[in-house]
Parts: sequence; structure tokens; C-alpha cells
Amino acid sequence: MSALPLLDYQRYGRQMILDGIGFPGQVKLRKASVAVVGAGGLGCPALQYLCAAGIGRIGIIDHDRVELSNLQRQILHTEETIGLHKAESAARALKSMNSDVLLDVQTVAVVADNARELLAPYDILLDCTDNVPTRYLLSDTAVALGKPLVSGAAQKFEGQLSVFNYGANGPCYRCLYPTPPPRETVGSCAELGIFGVVTGTIGNLQALETIKIILGLHDETPALLIFSALGTPPFRSIKLRSKKESCLACGKSPRIPSSTDYVQFCGGPAPDWVSLGQSSGKANQRAKVEELRQAIESGVELSIIDVRPPTEFGICQLPGSRNIPLKALLEDPKKCIDSGTEPVYVVCRLGNDSQIAAKALRSQIEGEITVKDVIGGLQAWSKEIDPSFPIY
Amino acid sequence: MSQLSLKVEFGGGIELLFSKKHTITVELPALVPTDDSTDDQSLMEDTAKEKKPANLAYLVLYLRDRLLTERAELFVENGTVRPGILVLVNDTDWQLEGEGDYELKDKDNIVFISTLHGG
Repeated sequence: MSALPLLDYQRYGRQMILDGIGFPGQVKLRKASVAVVGAGGLGCPALQYLCAAGIGRIGIIDHDRVELSNLQRQILHTEETIGLHKAESAARALKSMNSDVLLDVQTVAVVADNARELLAPYDILLDCTDNVPTRYLLSDTAVALGKPLVSGAAQKFEGQLSVFNYGANGPCYRCLYPTPPPRETVGSCAELGIFGVVTGTIGNLQALETIKIILGLHDETPALLIFSALGTPPFRSIKLRSKKESCLACGKSPRIPSSTDYVQFCGGPAPDWVSLGQSSGKANQRAKVEELRQAIESGVELSIIDVRPPTEFGICQLPGSRNIPLKALLEDPKKCIDSGTEPVYVVCRLGNDSQIAAKALRSQIEGEITVKDVIGGLQAWSKEIDPSFPIY
Repeated sequence: MSQLSLKVEFGGGIELLFSKKHTITVELPALVPTDDSTDDQSLMEDTAKEKKPANLAYLVLYLRDRLLTERAELFVENGTVRPGILVLVNDTDWQLEGEGDYELKDKDNIVFISTLHGG
């Protein structure tokens, strides 16, 4: 049995004295290699605990760069590393915590063409990504390479955790979800919101499941852990089906072509809401922020309708604007127009919902009222008119 | 004829389709029309309609017809829940319980949860 470096006995002593770990367990951790795909809200806490526990080799794979809006939950990144690749930023933090761990920094996106090559060197894969196509790709790759996939996901106040392709009969992601969800039902953290402690909780649990697999302490029962931060109780564990014989990836006759276009399979690329909100639209249907500014300053009577959800309206709003959330407006557009004849400007965060709202209003109005919505929404207002107006 | 009282829960965003309610109680007769109609009249005890034991497939249609407040296709597709929604019966994936054919029992806990993708 190979000895550990002398200082490791001190560093890892608190976990080495646990029954189930001991000296052999620490050696297993040291010999283990894991790949963490995504160094964001889930990846950061997962990486932190895997590195602290003394995993020998960790691949950090992420092509994104650190932004200020990440720091609320992606706890390895700092104000100093804004603009750096997340993989690099995370590696810096980990190195200062445990310089003994071998870190592979990969700043490329995992795609069908490179996934097997990138992930082949590792014993266990962690899915800490934020989109559906990559989840299918990672699952298929884990099956192809014969490695367990520790999968975490989080949104708003909720999280989910599963280990796929593990044990004698464990299902893969495709066994559970043979068909991807419709594109329009999938939102991002930027659209839907995410609470930092929630990604932290799931990311920590991914590290835990990974370590249990390495140590042989995992019972191999297929399960889905559901975390609901505001629920009572906050955790529930769901018994899952075993491997599906008809599964295209891990079933009796696998037939996933290596050239699969995962983005198309999942309904196409995510819409770029910022660009879509900036489209110029039909003449006289959309107004630039400058036009709105001039209208406000001219002192003429006008009506500004803000169609964001009330919580977002509460964060920041244009003076004199009225909040009528899109859903309420669409239920009864007529009620939203005052009896007067003043022009109506519809705003939202980026200029997408406002187009829907303005169209609904126009279709209901009799007479001469002008209804326009604001190109680029409040974000454009902040960027072009009033830099002191918050962007969130 | 006996009634079933079911605890139905929504999570992962599905609650947004049901007036933002996370938990509701659904009362169903143990026997429901074989033509899957969900109106009050059809659920009356003395209706002449042919009956079958209430199952999960029927519950999905009942929720769609009676309690859904958003567009139906966000919940149901091709007569069953759309892809991306997990259905749990008493903390077990419905795939282990016969899916839509599972016959509901009094006090069953049924969960509809959307799979999450963020991180």
C-alpha cells in the first residue's frame, strides 16, 4: 500500500478517522479523477469540496467568462477575476486552497465533437451545466465511456440531483427523459432567477455523491433527490426506474449517432432575448428610448405601461409608469387603456414582452390612440438615456 | 360509491400552470366515465355513463380540464403529460407504477414536477 505524503495525514486526518474512509479511502480519493463540466453555480461548490477532500485530479471545463452577476452564487469567482474564463478563475481559487491537486483547465465548450476525448481521462463526470442539450450530450457521453454521471440542476428556489449510468442497472438521463421538453418551457437563470444557496446545496451534494462513489459508499439505488428551499420538508427522495431496455443510449440496441446535433434535438438554440428585444419592428409600432425621453420631457400627457412581473417592477421603474403585468394585460387589454387619447408607451425589461402587449392593445383600441412599445426596454433606457437607472 | 381524496403537488415551475398553487386536494369518485369526460354531470353517481376505476391518466385530464389556468399544451401533449414533466406516485416515479394505468387510491400523493436545467 502506497503511503501518503506526510502532511496529508494532518490535512485529511479528520476524514481519515471516519469508518468507511480510513487510510485506504484517502488513497482512493488521491487516485481518483473527476471532470466537472460547468464552473458556475453548481460547479463552484462541487469543485470546492472535491478539491478540499483531496481528489487527485480534477478537470474543470467551462468556456464562459466571469461576470458580476455570477458572484451572487458562483462562489469561487471574485471581483478580481471578472472577465477571466470561469475554468481559470476557479482553478486559481482551488490552487490557493489545495496546491497538491492536479487541475486541468479546459476553456472550450463541450460539444458532440470533443466530448468523448475531453472526458475520457476521468473516472466520474459531474454535470454542472445550465442547458438541456449539454445534459443529453453528457449523459450519452457518460454511457459511451461507461462512467457514472453525477447530475445536478437548479432554478429559482428548487434543485434536483441524480446519479445516472451507475450501478448494475442504473438509468441514464435519456431513460428518464427520452424526449426533450418543448423549447418554450425551458428558461435560463437570467430569465427565471436563481437563489445562490440553492445551487450551493445541490453542488455540495454532487460532490458528496461523487465522493461516495469513489469510496464505494454509494448504495447504487436509482433515485432523484428533489430540493425545495421553501418546502416542508425541503428534501424528498424519489425512487426511479432502472435502465430502460428500449433506451436509445444505454438500452439493448443503442443508436445515438456520434454526429447528433444536440441543440437541434432540443428544439434549436436558446433565443437571444436581448437582440430580439432590439429589433426595430414595423414603422410607428416601436419607439426608441430617445423618443420616449423626448415625450416625457415635452410634458405632453402620456401613459407608460410597464408589463414586467410586480417583483421586477418593484426593483426599479420609470417615474409615472403603471405596472400591468403581461398576463393581466392580455386577459383584458381594453381595461388597460384610459379613456383619454394620450399616447401609450409599453415597456419591459428587454423589449420582448412589451411587443406582445402593445400588439394586444392595438388590436383592441378603437380611435386614434397611439400605442408603441420601447425598443430594448429598460435596459436600453439605462444604457442610452439614464446610466443611473439599474440594470439587473 | 366511494370518493378518493388525493394530495396533488406541483413543483419545478408546474405550479405556475395551476394558479401558483404548490399543493391542492383533489376529490374524485373512485369510478369515472370510460369516455374520460370530466364535467360535473359526468361525475355524478347516477349518470348512465359506463364507469372505470379512476387512474392517473384520468387525473391528468381532470387537472387539465378543471384546474389548469394556463395553455393546455404546457401540461398535456398527446393525451399525457408533456415531455419534461415527471410524475411521482407516493414518492415513486410513475414509470414504476404503470404510468397512466395506475389506479388511484384514497390518500395517494401525486406530484407533477418539471425537470430543471439551470445551474
